[in-house]
Amino acid sequence: MSVTTTLARNAVQQQPGWLVRLFDYKPFLIVVCLTPAIGLLLVFLTYPLGLGVWLAFTDTTIGRRGVFVGLENFQYLLTDPLWWNAVFYSVFYTAVATFGKFALGFWLALLLNNHFPFKSLLRAIVLLPWIVPTVLSALAFWWIYDPQFSIISYFLVDVLHVRSTNVDFLGSPWPARFSLIAANIWRGIPFVAISLLAGLQTISPSLYEAAMLDGATAWQRFRYITFPMMLPILAIVMTFSIIFTFTDFQLVYAITRGGPVNSTHLLATLAFQRGIAGGELGEGAAIAVSMIPFLVFATLFSYFGLARRKWQQGEAND
Amino acid sequence: MTEAVAEAAKSSNVASSTPETMEWDSRARRMVMIYLPLSCFVLILLFPFYWMAITSFKPNAELLNYKDHNPFWITSPTLAHIKHLLFETAYPHWLMTTMSVAVGATFLSLFSSTLAAYAIERLRFRGSPYVGLGIYLAYLVPPSILFIPLATVVVQFGLFDSPLALILVYPTFLVPFCTWLLIGYFKSIPYELEECALVDGATRLQILRRITLPLAVPGLISAGIFSFTLSWNEFIYALAFIQSSANKTVPVAILTELVSGDVYQWGALMAGSLLGSLPVAIFYSLFVDYYVSSLTGAVKE
Repeated sequence: MSVTTTLARNAVQQQPGWLVRLFDYKPFLIVVCLTPAIGLLLVFLTYPLGLGVWLAFTDTTIGRRGVFVGLENFQYLLTDPLWWNAVFYSVFYTAVATFGKFALGFWLALLLNNHFPFKSLLRAIVLLPWIVPTVLSALAFWWIYDPQFSIISYFLVDVLHVRSTNVDFLGSPWPARFSLIAANIWRGIPFVAISLLAGLQTISPSLYEAAMLDGATAWQRFRYITFPMMLPILAIVMTFSIIFTFTDFQLVYAITRGGPVNSTHLLATLAFQRGIAGGELGEGAAIAVSMIPFLVFATLFSYFGLARRKWQQGEAND
Repeated sequence: MTEAVAEAAKSSNVASSTPETMEWDSRARRMVMIYLPLSCFVLILLFPFYWMAITSFKPNAELLNYKDHNPFWITSPTLAHIKHLLFETAYPHWLMTTMSVAVGATFLSLFSSTLAAYAIERLRFRGSPYVGLGIYLAYLVPPSILFIPLATVVVQFGLFDSPLALILVYPTFLVPFCTWLLIGYFKSIPYELEECALVDGATRLQILRRITLPLAVPGLISAGIFSFTLSWNEFIYALAFIQSSANKTVPVAILTELVSGDVYQWGALMAGSLLGSLPVAIFYSLFVDYYVSSLTGAVKE
């Protein structure tokens, strides 16, 4: 140890080049270390975010620099039934899909928390829908929802004989809306289940033992131990899930592109259709900006979820 | 049934209740309460993949004829769809583009987030928690809000229709994630190790290279495979910034190039989806534990 120590010291003393000393100067090193990450985020995240808000107040189109038009874009949106429709479906989609994901995902996490053979293999399989590119699994759903050759219709009509006609999954508004929500739930379950499983594994078994000795039923154990202990992690996972479900784009764009008759447009797909495909950058940016209040609401939800953390883990409030 | 078990547990101590009845009861209960729902979950979660795989090997005649062929199985599998995809479309080219974009974005974000995480967690300066919080907040900004202004930024930089634009833009959602993951890993490395090295006269960059990074290798692998998967799967930026067919990534190309006309080539579409999913699936199967640990670690942070 002492040999290496002296060696290292000698090595440094022999070549105290100004470059070495500069890189060992802490403030300089901090700046150098933070520059790539902060630079990338500032140029490609903060600046576009500000630019997006600015664009929302202009009438920019592709190829033409716009002028400031004040609230005109937003006033137009408020009178646009398509925008209202997209707001309604975004909220509905988020609410139903989040509820479904968390109910089923929590259930799956509780199931996976038991002991059984091949547990790790099963856990790996469960995560697959989340790993595979969403658009590609959305294409599989599109094929599953095919009006003529849907495998679900085949199963219901020719195997179970519970229906006499094929299900029209994507042809009319409400079935299309629920079909998309089902695909979203399918894709979201693994993430919820695996993150909640991690939370479940941190709950000390001694709590359950104590409750069992006191004669608590399975439901009581869930209600008074599992659920409150899981609340902090539930709040975080739910915030992420809400944000990314509300701003979802891929599933809808791949399966229905907002149809039939614009009934399944989310705000993100509507913004794409107006902004990029239609070239009305200003209006598209206004639609995108109109998502921000909802996202701020979701983030505050996370903040207050996090704030509950301390007393739940039995630490002193500070 | 639950009540009955609870009653039994209440009346007598759990450990001293008669073992045989309890055991049978709990086994039957386990079947109904655990294995049955679990197999339903697995069946539903895997079915789209099964359907994707089986469709890509079905000849067209079987694909659209449920009356004479059982749709759940293939009687005469064919490689025609995959052959069509590989030799009659630009699919191999799309795969190469996607691969290079994913690898480039992964390296760029790993490099910058390692340095950032090291500065925030180990160089400890005034305001470092706020920088960390700022980076975390960046993760909450979804691409759906950013893609329109980013498209104009990309045009301004003259990068429109170039894969380089994607390599530069993907770190916006990769860096926050990787930085938080790596901060967690750096935290788990004892600071005393670095102090020893400092006393021995090592410079800070030597410490990072010789001590901290080797110890954080699992974290680096987690962050790396996660970034790779996320960049491989990214859709909205690739759709908005890339125009020419040759530069498209796999998810965008399948949707915009293969879906054409009124009659969809379901066989080729599903074969394309299957091949496009395989790289991440293989990657995933090699590093399952890292995926699970990074996913759960990032949530817990």
